[in-house]
Amino acid sequence: MGIDRRGFLKVSGLTVLGIASGKASETFASSDSHGHTSDGTTKRYAMVIDLQLCKEQEGCTDCVNACHHVHNVPEFDNRKDEVKWIWKDSFHHAFHEQEHHYLDKDIVNHPVLLLCNHCDNPPCVQVCPTKATFKRESDGIVMMDWHRCIGCRYCVVACPYGSRSFNWRDPRPHIEEVVDDFPTRTRGVVEKCTFCEERIFEGRPPACVEACKHGAMAFGDLEDPESRVRELLRDRFSIRRKPALGTEPEVYYLV
Amino acid sequence: MIENALTGSKRYWTWVGFLLVVIFIGFLFYLRQFHEGLGITGLSRDITWGFYIAQLTFLVGVAASAVMVVLPYYLHNYKAFGKITILGEFLAIGSVVMCVLFVVVDLGQPFRAFNLFLYPTPNSMLFWDTIVLSGYLILNALISVVTLSAERKGIAPPNWIRPVIIFSIPWAVSIHTVTAFLYAGLGARPFWMTAVLAPRFLASAFAAGPALLILLCLLLRKITKFNAGDEPIRKLSVIVTYAMIVNVFLVLMEFFTAFYSSIPEHTAHFKYMYFGLDGKANLVPWMWTSVVLSIAALALLIVPKWRRNFKLLTVACFAVFIGLWIDKGLGLIVTGFVPTVLGEVVEYAPTFPEIMITIAIYAVGALIVTVFYKVALTVRGEIIYDRIKPGAKPQSVETIGS
Ligand code: SF4
Ligand code: SF4
Repeated sequence: MGIDRRGFLKVSGLTVLGIASGKASETFASSDSHGHTSDGTTKRYAMVIDLQLCKEQEGCTDCVNACHHVHNVPEFDNRKDEVKWIWKDSFHHAFHEQEHHYLDKDIVNHPVLLLCNHCDNPPCVQVCPTKATFKRESDGIVMMDWHRCIGCRYCVVACPYGSRSFNWRDPRPHIEEVVDDFPTRTRGVVEKCTFCEERIFEGRPPACVEACKHGAMAFGDLEDPESRVRELLRDRFSIRRKPALGTEPEVYYLV
Repeated sequence: MIENALTGSKRYWTWVGFLLVVIFIGFLFYLRQFHEGLGITGLSRDITWGFYIAQLTFLVGVAASAVMVVLPYYLHNYKAFGKITILGEFLAIGSVVMCVLFVVVDLGQPFRAFNLFLYPTPNSMLFWDTIVLSGYLILNALISVVTLSAERKGIAPPNWIRPVIIFSIPWAVSIHTVTAFLYAGLGARPFWMTAVLAPRFLASAFAAGPALLILLCLLLRKITKFNAGDEPIRKLSVIVTYAMIVNVFLVLMEFFTAFYSSIPEHTAHFKYMYFGLDGKANLVPWMWTSVVLSIAALALLIVPKWRRNFKLLTVACFAVFIGLWIDKGLGLIVTGFVPTVLGEVVEYAPTFPEIMITIAIYAVGALIVTVFYKVALTVRGEIIYDRIKPGAKPQSVETIGS
């Protein structure tokens, strides 16, 4: 995550009037009141998911349940109106560009955990016409302002990972048990995983990471060489989804 | 001037009344959508843009095509278009208004639409599209009002309007280019990620728009005293012919790149469109209809003898218009989502409320065009409706808006 590369892109983004590069939006977003840096240092949060450990827990949805519960994510019984922040999907859907016939069947036949990648170079932020989706400079989290979103769904179209959901209907009647300390959304806005920014703020790990009893998920700061995520990425071989697009996803999968 | 819209024959009022009823019905459906959310449409988590955005894309083209009469008239002093430039400009105004309405009905939070201006975001193509579309609306409104009032007073239009008109020419090109950029810059959607998208949009616009204008001129000739004359219609038909040829050529280029490279994420979309994927083939009959119409239109247009025959030209223009409406509307938008970013094949079809809202917006466009044409032609003293036979069916007038 070279500072140099980011700095460079920022300049080049500005030189083309902020049109060509999503990085330009960072420049705008950072002058906005959204970002806040608690201690003045820049962090880069990332998640590492161990596919080996995860696949051993056939049918486990602890992380999904925990996330959807604490964030008041509605449950619709039809695919069309579906809202999801984190979910299990087939290897084929998660990594369809990396497949071949002779891959380890053990890996290929097990579902993969999918969520927003909090991309370093997020196309969703680039396209949003209102800055309702923005990237926080202080820690790299791709955030959403649900009160500003006009529901154009351009971000849903631009996300290469299917990470975003739109509230096609009023979500409230479809929330099993409303949690009071997290907002519910209204119909007509987009939502997605926020890396549990509200919990990180309190120094707690994301709800999914906390809920995973098998240690298949790790969360931490990539800027800190001693962090658990850096250690895992150093020691094990990892892949990311659609790396060729240059979005720089910050969710890594250990294979 | 506008008071001319308030006096008219019974036929005029029947048509206006009919449009108002259609608009009202669509409005009721919109209230329902507003109340329940976009869930009442056929859109889904996988296919998030559909019928509404398809109409937007198509109509931006119709709006931009006014340039095809403005440019020859003002830049090349091609006098024969003098009579119809105002029709082109009014058609553009009607189309842009429809475009704006299609964006608004597609928003999840329409009351927040002003956030677009409160938080201007230059890195978003939607921001630029809003700017160029509203600018185009203002330009065309200004130009037509100024030139028409001058005409009414029997004087030459003021000098300052000429640079404004010249300025509107590249602006027209920009509205369709920026609309293409909405799609063409997204790494997530390989189907749209082609440099040829903007040129293709322009080519198809310069075929569909003038085709509609020809149909309107022929219709006006039939039901009013206004006669555009044969020459401008002939010239327009030549424009339609070339634009259609270029458009088909560009589509064939897309086929070549997709299938010769045979990169799956490029070919999959074309396969879905024309043959279906995984047994899912909602679009297939539509796309083949479009192919047949385009081939038929090309044949009728290219053979000079057929093109000069106004009956066959009418058929050709309908074929161009409907063929492109399918191809550039549903075909282009929906196929961008199938297969999805996760490689799944999901289908979409507009629902009844969605279709009714769409028809109502077309009725708004038809109403705008009707009223403005009425005003323009009355100013020119050519609007006497004595040539309508009593009992003529309203659908003969329907082409105004469709
Ligand atoms: S995964 Fe999608 S929604 Fe998340 S930051 Fe990347 S582009 Fe945006
Ligand atoms: S749906 Fe909301 S967050 Fe997404 S691009 Fe539109 S305004 Fe931005």
